[in-house]
Amino acid sequence: MMEIVLTVTAVILSLAAAGAIVRIAIGPSLLDRVLASDVLLAIIGATLCIDMAVNRHLNNLMLLVALSIIGFIGSVTVARFVADRREQPNES
Amino acid sequence: MNPEVSGVDTVIDTVSAVFMVVGALMSLGAAVGLLRFPDLMSRMHAATKPQVLGLFLLLAAVGLQLRTWWVWPVLFVAWIFQLLTVPVSAHMVGRAGYRTKHLHRELLTTDELEAVVQKAADKRDADDDEASGPA
Repeated sequence: MMEIVLTVTAVILSLAAAGAIVRIAIGPSLLDRVLASDVLLAIIGATLCIDMAVNRHLNNLMLLVALSIIGFIGSVTVARFVADRREQPNES
Repeated sequence: MNPEVSGVDTVIDTVSAVFMVVGALMSLGAAVGLLRFPDLMSRMHAATKPQVLGLFLLLAAVGLQLRTWWVWPVLFVAWIFQLLTVPVSAHMVGRAGYRTKHLHRELLTTDELEAVVQKAADKRDADDDEASGPA
């Protein structure tokens, strides 16, 4: 049963990562890209969790805790220094 | 881990499998929301799904699969820190998005921040006039 779950979640998470990367590529503003990269980080954390759960090891656990502690610093930094450089405001 | 497969094991495996699939679907929902929603604020709403509920479901699946008790506090710490740090980044991104006008005003039902920002701007203008007046 775990092989089926692994396949299903791998397909789902690949599609999700593709969607987030598309939003990073086309995102009209810098904040959209920051938000999409946050989602991509959450998807990577989800893959680490599923790897641990299916193969029953704990090698990624400290990486996961570190991600949840310091993962927000990047988006906070970018949001602190973002500036509006667009010609017309509502094109988002 | 155990060689004999009992009914309890099957139940725990099934529950953790459901948790894993639903947690992965949260990520897919966030990606669909990122691609389809019209502006930054609604995309932020979609982005919180895998960060909080998706991570909770997958950490619970890890804890159920490992069948040990000492791993649960570590998983709890990971989830609590995620709960503490995600609102900080969401607050900063939302604030910067409001200030740089990355939102469709016609989609808002209420805007409680506008009065505060207007008041602060008026006060700053008044202070500037007062400072430059006597000179």
